Amino acid sequence: MKVANGRVPTTKAAYRQFVKERTPGKPILKNAIRAFFVGGAICVIGQLIQMMYAKYLGFDAKSAANPTVATLIFLSAVLTGLGVYDRMGQWAGAGTAVPVTGFANSVASAAIEHRSEGYVLGVGTKMFKVAGPVIVYGVVSAFVVAIIRLLFDRLLQH
Amino acid sequence: MIFLWAFLIGGLICVFGQLLMDTTKWTPGHIMTFLVVIGVVLGGIGVYDPLIKFAGAGATVPITSFGNALVHGALSEAKMHGWIGLITGIFEVTSAGISAAIIFGFFASVVFRAKG
Amino acid sequence: MGHIGAQTWEFPRKPVIVATATVVGPKEGEGPLRESFDKVYTDLYMGEKSWERAERALLHDAVTICLEHAKINSSDVQMMLAGDLTNQIISSTFTARTFGTPFMGQFGACSVSMQTLGLAALLVDSEFAKNVVAAAVSHSSTAERQFRYPTEYGGQKPPTAQCTVTGAGAALIAHQGTGPRIALATMGKVIDLGVSSPWEMGAAMAPAAVDTLTCHFRDTGYSWNDYDLVATGDLGSVGHRIAIDLLKEHSIAPDERFVDCGMMIYRKDQAEVFSGGSGAGCSAVVSYGYLLRQLSEGRMKRMLIVATGALLSTVTSLQGESIPCIAHAVTIEREGEYQ
Repeated sequence: MKVANGRVPTTKAAYRQFVKERTPGKPILKNAIRAFFVGGAICVIGQLIQMMYAKYLGFDAKSAANPTVATLIFLSAVLTGLGVYDRMGQWAGAGTAVPVTGFANSVASAAIEHRSEGYVLGVGTKMFKVAGPVIVYGVVSAFVVAIIRLLFDRLLQH
Repeated sequence: MIFLWAFLIGGLICVFGQLLMDTTKWTPGHIMTFLVVIGVVLGGIGVYDPLIKFAGAGATVPITSFGNALVHGALSEAKMHGWIGLITGIFEVTSAGISAAIIFGFFASVVFRAKG
Repeated sequence: MGHIGAQTWEFPRKPVIVATATVVGPKEGEGPLRESFDKVYTDLYMGEKSWERAERALLHDAVTICLEHAKINSSDVQMMLAGDLTNQIISSTFTARTFGTPFMGQFGACSVSMQTLGLAALLVDSEFAKNVVAAAVSHSSTAERQFRYPTEYGGQKPPTAQCTVTGAGAALIAHQGTGPRIALATMGKVIDLGVSSPWEMGAAMAPAAVDTLTCHFRDTGYSWNDYDLVATGDLGSVGHRIAIDLLKEHSIAPDERFVDCGMMIYRKDQAEVFSGGSGAGCSAVVSYGYLLRQLSEGRMKRMLIVATGALLSTVTSLQGESIPCIAHAVTIEREGEYQ
């Protein structure tokens, strides 16, 4: 049995190239189009909800954003629980992950999944296992950027 | 008209996120975090609020608006109460999002079962 | 006889696989091999309260049905070898608790089906056991929640991802009886060529499969012509193609008899199959349910099953480590052919 090491990739770099040549690429254009339409549609739904809050519930245009976000989060939590959101996510990619619905799905899905470990040590501890970084880095960067902005404003005043 | 802009701007922010997902090793978690930080920066510069006026929900629905809300909370509280406001004010504006996520996420765990 | 070549065991008494059993979940039960499985659950929870218990139920059923087919009690079993993908292989250990046989838990990721089969043959051939159960199980949800994300999370998987098989396969190996016979086993080394993305397991495992396969051919002097079928465990369509090209570079190009269990278990039009099935249960259910039938029903004479495993943990991938892999191969023959 002849076993000749012709162009057998033996180094990691060589194998990486070997794999790259044989790996199907992601359908970048198709994914981008799907993300565009689904993301845009979710924002349009948000706009509708926002206008309904402004028109019928007495919120002004700016503060209606708050209950709108809460409503979208509610809907996302329900769709997550019904087992529908993950299918949508596979199809739409960033179209469902980037809107605040993606944040809600990551919290709801973690909470639902870890109920088997109890409400305190399961749901309570693991709820933010995917969404945690968003809060951590949102807060930290807000703190840093706000400092920079304040210093900048002070500088301009002088 | 605002519906058109909501659709376009919201869609474009999502396309940006999708391209990051498909061309880098970043996970959706990384991308959500990155977009929040972008929202913070754009909000700190003062560019995000005009975008909200222009695109409505196209700018308030994506996770970037979280970042904008966080930095505005810090800044407006600091204007009123000095430097300590940077810490006390952060969650003022955005509490709807975080509270809703926790509350509805929790109740979802009570009502629903994971379907696999 | 005994140890031959570098890594191969030759079993002079050719232990017999006297009985097998396969139990699968709904998706596998809708796939092309559904007629081969002994039990199909339509409920992904198998009627249990949690995913972990569901996986345990699969394995429990597989071992129970296997012992029924063999017409023996668990008290007649001198050793149970079982493995799965869960942390601390709890599906296997908790199932062994129920049967009360001597037990050695095995971890080999998705290669554990052939790891346990080869080891079982060794115990029986060396007369250190009369009856040994070899089993493996995996469940799509326990793998998902342990290695990746909560099962309802809406993250998007790339085309190179694989779908963890929900299924358990069990075999009873004895030194006498009727059934396919285990002639050889080549146990693999850990191979790591630097693939680090958990979405590219097929590419990570292909070098291990090729290493074990080429070693097997060298040790035994066999070639493709000595086998009617050579099946890898779960390389998937991407990993399998890479393995074929690697073998070509080794000047031992395979033909259509080189297949992959992960590519056989689902139809391409089933939802979220990606590049094919994976998991410890994948090679187990396809081998014990479908492939061995080709031997016992006289369509084939000899086959080689090369189960492949990716030995990563949730921590190693976060710490930037690459994925070391392993492959174990077992030669199984039709009864009465090569005594």
